[in-house]
Amino acid sequence: MKKIQDFKVKEYRWLNETGYLLTLYSDQTIEPVSPGNFAEIKVPDAPDVFLRRPISIFDVDYENRLLTFYIKVVGKGTKKMGELNPGTPINIMYPLGNSFTVNGEKNVLIIGGGSGIAPFILLGRELQKKNISTTFLFGARSKNEIVLTEEFDKYGRVLATTEDGSMGEKGLVTQHPVFSDISGFDKIYICGPDPMMKAVAKIAGEHQVDCEVSLENMMACGIGACLCCVTKTTSGNKCVCTDGPVFNSKELAWQI
Amino acid sequence: MADLTVKIKDLVLKNPVTTASGTFGFGEEFADFIDLNLLGGIFVKGLTLKLREGNDYPRMAETASGMLNAVGLQNKGIDYFISDIYPRIKDLDTEIIPNVNGSTVEEYIEVTEKLNEVEGINAIELNISCPNVKEGGMAFGVSCPSAIAVTDAVRKVFDKTLIVKLSPNVTDITEIAKGVEGAGADAVSLVNTFLAMAIDAKTRKPVLSTVTGGLSGPAIKPIALRMVWQVYHAVKVPVIGLGGIMNATDAIEFMLAGAKAIQVGTANFIDPQVSVKIIEGIETYCKENNISSVSELTGALEIS
Ligand SMILES: Cc1cc2nc3c(=O)[nH]c(=O)nc-3n(C[C@H](O)[C@H](O)[C@H](O)COP(=O)(O)OP(=O)(O)OC[C@H]3O[C@@H](n4cnc5c(N)ncnc54)[C@H](O)[C@@H]3O)c2cc1C
Ligand SMILES: Cc1cc2nc3c(=O)[nH]c(=O)nc-3n(C[C@H](O)[C@H](O)[C@H](O)COP(=O)(O)O)c2cc1C
Ligand code: FES
Repeated sequence: MKKIQDFKVKEYRWLNETGYLLTLYSDQTIEPVSPGNFAEIKVPDAPDVFLRRPISIFDVDYENRLLTFYIKVVGKGTKKMGELNPGTPINIMYPLGNSFTVNGEKNVLIIGGGSGIAPFILLGRELQKKNISTTFLFGARSKNEIVLTEEFDKYGRVLATTEDGSMGEKGLVTQHPVFSDISGFDKIYICGPDPMMKAVAKIAGEHQVDCEVSLENMMACGIGACLCCVTKTTSGNKCVCTDGPVFNSKELAWQI
Repeated sequence: MADLTVKIKDLVLKNPVTTASGTFGFGEEFADFIDLNLLGGIFVKGLTLKLREGNDYPRMAETASGMLNAVGLQNKGIDYFISDIYPRIKDLDTEIIPNVNGSTVEEYIEVTEKLNEVEGINAIELNISCPNVKEGGMAFGVSCPSAIAVTDAVRKVFDKTLIVKLSPNVTDITEIAKGVEGAGADAVSLVNTFLAMAIDAKTRKPVLSTVTGGLSGPAIKPIALRMVWQVYHAVKVPVIGLGGIMNATDAIEFMLAGAKAIQVGTANFIDPQVSVKIIEGIETYCKENNISSVSELTGALEIS
């Protein structure tokens, strides 16, 4: 069930100049979270941030009542969320949206770019529990933007591409050698910038590999009430906040 | 405890707090967060005769103390509402009030005729003020003759309480209010969103796919309050006030300016429980001020 709940800031872990993990704790129990779910966060002490901010749930610890988010600073809200003192109250609506589907796959590829890696710890953990072989492929401009590889290592093989060649293969994710045998995967999960998702979805389509993408449309309500976050699909406009954020790439009316 | 009931012609609301069309879906979206039965009423998402896909994304832009939207009345059409959505919400112990839209007078009439037949629906809100559609919508609400024409036509086919939602995008809102009152409106609600725009200086592009959109939220509250006050003094029918209401104090201010009931809009996005908190806040205010009936607040502004 969707819930609105008060948390407090526990701690930060800065990963580079613009990316950080924010961990929150609550006195109340944590609602069950599925991989792909997100939260709508009310940014505290920020009168210039009017609406809540949608952020994927990076990790959850039910026993210690913790939620962790991986956040990249792109503007005022994501900046402010990185500057709070431990103990600051923070109000959250969660868990929102649908989740990635796992149906007896054997070998999957997970692709993340930018803040798009956020939903994949929870997904990696679920896949591991089901003994599904997992490869992570992360793409960025440069080495310092590829973060948390040691965390993802626990759940599968980790590969990287950087545009400047400072880590992994040089180039874009779609230029990585794993794509030469893409049909060897029975599913691709992807979250990242639109052009990256479109390029991967196109290749997945050409090789008939099932592909799930997680979209990051701008939102106002996060619960299907305002119809601001829509994306075009083969069956009309759908809300990214309730019908998504995860869509099968075949459903999306993308011009690719 | 104070009597919170208010009457808008034959429509009885158990309290003056309702939710604004387009900001509360069909109510169900908020069922995890509040007990919908506590609300005075729910103005549901704008309905049209046929399915509408609405405008292209992006449809939303955050602005200082507010937001722009350009949803463009996305909905599955009146028949789908009556057959599939209404049965799911009709048993709620609150008034479900459809928001009626059209691009022609005939469309408004057709949608209204269908709703007139639905048992349990005791009122409609005629939206002649949507700034986000190319045809109809606000075009009806910004000129007196067309506002009168559409109200008059709908009045002839609707036997229950007819509320007309006014556009603030006019020189003198009292003229339109008087016009629709004369054409048979039982109440007026105001305001809809203000025509506005947002630009991204970095890309030199408009933020919304439609270039312009409608501004809502606390940024518009002082203007909305002034309009409610003006309209309250210009017409005899009840006024339903809205525009930037974020808490009980805002709601009470609207009532003092002349509103009999209020609608909570954009605030629902920031706090899905805000409508119920506003009911509680009004109750507390009445208690603290020894008010026995909430209607005493309507128009009780003291100008010495
Ligand atoms: C379902 C979902 C899950 C998300 N998960 C994460 C996550 O785990 N970690 C994370 O860091 N971010 C995530 N995002 C993106 C995040 O919501 C935005 O980066 C954030 O809202 C920007 O707020 P701001 O106040 O910092 O930026 P603003 O000051 O509002 O804007 C600054 C700039 O960022 C752009 N921007 C604003 N909102 C978005 C958006 N939704 N997507 C892309 N660009 C935007 C604006 O166009 C503007 O140029 C997610 C978004 C969605 C919809
Ligand atoms: C996302 C969104 C969608 C809206 N859709 C409708 C609609 O379908 N019909 C209507 O009459 N008003 C619509 N409105 C206007 C609101 O009902 C209300 O008049 C306006 O937002 C001002 O109130 P507020 O500042 O409290 O939000 C919409 C507003 C928003 C923000
Ligand atoms: S953000 Fe409001 S419907 Fe998705």
